Amino acid sequence: MAKRVLVKGNEAIAMGAIAAGCRYYFGYPITPQNDIPEYMSAHLPPIGGTFLQAESEIASINMLLGAASTGARAMTSSSSPGISLKQEGISYLAGSEIPGVIVNMSRSGPGLGGIHPSQGDYFQATRGGGHGDYRTLVLAPSTAQENYDLTVLAFDLADKYRNPVMILGDALIGQIKEPVELKPYRKNMPQKDWALTGNEGRDKRLLKSLYLADGELTEQNWKLAKKYARMAKEVRFEEYETDDAEMVLVAFGSVGRIIKTSVDILREKGRKVGLLRPITLYPFPSLAVRRAAEKADSLMVLELNTGQMVEDVRLAVEGVAPVDFYGRPPGSIPTPDELAKEVDKVWKKRRAK
Amino acid sequence: MSETALKQAFDRPKALRDVPTHFCPGCHHGVIHRLVAEQIDAFGVQGKTIGVASVGCSVFLYDYFDVDVVEAPHGRAAAVATGVKRARPDNFVFTYQGDGDLAAIGTAEIVHAANRGEKITVVFVNNAVFGMTGGQMAPTTLEGQVTTTSPYGRKAEEAGLPIRMAEMLSTLEGVGFAARVAVNDIKNLQKAKKAVKRAFEYQTNGWGFSFIEFLSACPTNWKMSAKQANEHVGSQMAAYFPLGTFKDVRG
Repeated sequence: MAKRVLVKGNEAIAMGAIAAGCRYYFGYPITPQNDIPEYMSAHLPPIGGTFLQAESEIASINMLLGAASTGARAMTSSSSPGISLKQEGISYLAGSEIPGVIVNMSRSGPGLGGIHPSQGDYFQATRGGGHGDYRTLVLAPSTAQENYDLTVLAFDLADKYRNPVMILGDALIGQIKEPVELKPYRKNMPQKDWALTGNEGRDKRLLKSLYLADGELTEQNWKLAKKYARMAKEVRFEEYETDDAEMVLVAFGSVGRIIKTSVDILREKGRKVGLLRPITLYPFPSLAVRRAAEKADSLMVLELNTGQMVEDVRLAVEGVAPVDFYGRPPGSIPTPDELAKEVDKVWKKRRAK
Repeated sequence: MSETALKQAFDRPKALRDVPTHFCPGCHHGVIHRLVAEQIDAFGVQGKTIGVASVGCSVFLYDYFDVDVVEAPHGRAAAVATGVKRARPDNFVFTYQGDGDLAAIGTAEIVHAANRGEKITVVFVNNAVFGMTGGQMAPTTLEGQVTTTSPYGRKAEEAGLPIRMAEMLSTLEGVGFAARVAVNDIKNLQKAKKAVKRAFEYQTNGWGFSFIEFLSACPTNWKMSAKQANEHVGSQMAAYFPLGTFKDVRG
């Protein structure tokens, strides 16, 4: 039977990484994700792994690039300003097709901002973040259990697509303490016929993102674009009470868990509302959102920012149903009651028309 | 004398591929590539070498060296090499970086990789300019030297004086070997060869971080003939950047 433990969300990520065979961690301290490097510093050395506290976020993502180029499973974690610094390396990982897992337990910005839960990094995470026409797979857990499970999945997806995978949480997701079932990882490690190990007995291998010859870069970008299109099948989302919902709420991560209670509160009042919670932010569950829009009277997006994911929802809906929005800038965590009130306001407004 | 009696005294190192390079006439990169490749052969580590290419004229080493190579972002080679070496401690790992890469944008990475005593070998090519981008001022540009971004000559009061990387790194406890060499004449070339060999010994014996700085000619961006550039290395550059071994803890 799988073991159950009571741990912080951040620890669940570290445990998931180790379960998935990650033996190389490179990082730099920043709140609110310090439990991850602290856990790794204690648990990697005894199992023959490497924990390295780097001189900067830039160095840590490039150490990850180096370790992962040899075929090893490697991870780095940080929070918003640190993730900005890692964007250079993430772009190179994507361009050189080197897998890697990057955790963003985001803070609130812009600038130094604060350490409150926030979803202000949605654009940065889902739009690539760094330079160039690339995509990063983005997973958005909303419980400690999902932190563990999605971290394991992140390593599999990174290897499958030879692409960086980002886990996007926030202070709430990282600091919350919940029971986690430690499911053992039973897959075999994938063979990597591109990994750098020295060219003994084979031709030399090269991992690079520079393409200067005529037409080469065009070809490489088309190749990457086809890969990103293939990633569409990795879409994951959760639906809650949507079967008969007249109004479908869309929220991810920390809001995605708070709002579930709001749905219960509203259902008790006879409001037929449901929740669609994207678990993959890239690929975005556009088809599911579109279907919800075709079935329900309206959609409402709720985020801890002033409006980011709502753009993806509107792109998916393409005007077939109205999309309302409630956004909260960083500074406080909304309660289920508060969110229920905001939804109820919109419910009444829509029915008054 | 019959043809069969002739003994071959000189050949391309096995670690170098038989391809033309893109380097300008009189550039020292080709010679430095050769010195590194000779030692890869001599130590018998070709099959387990992983090179880390940097950004600049040196990036194309992946076309010239017959070894596995990963390309690092500008300045990050020492961090990338750290990741490679930690994951593959039994492989031979070297970086090859120019002065813009190592002494400007990559100073944090090189200083900390050196200070941690990463068991890698760093080949640093100092030609006092950003070569590939068209000859802009580098941290190693000499005082008064005219470049495309110091058209009135480098001024110490504005840009500071050139940074001496080999000396600076040799002060760090993690560094086992640090030397500066040149390949502008046969005498210096022989010394350079010995220094590269020593730098390799540090890694193959697991002794620690080794750093070798080459003073290198860039006739194109210096607006000199190959001969003038070669002389400039010996007279002007070596006057400010003294040749020699600054640290050899096992010596």
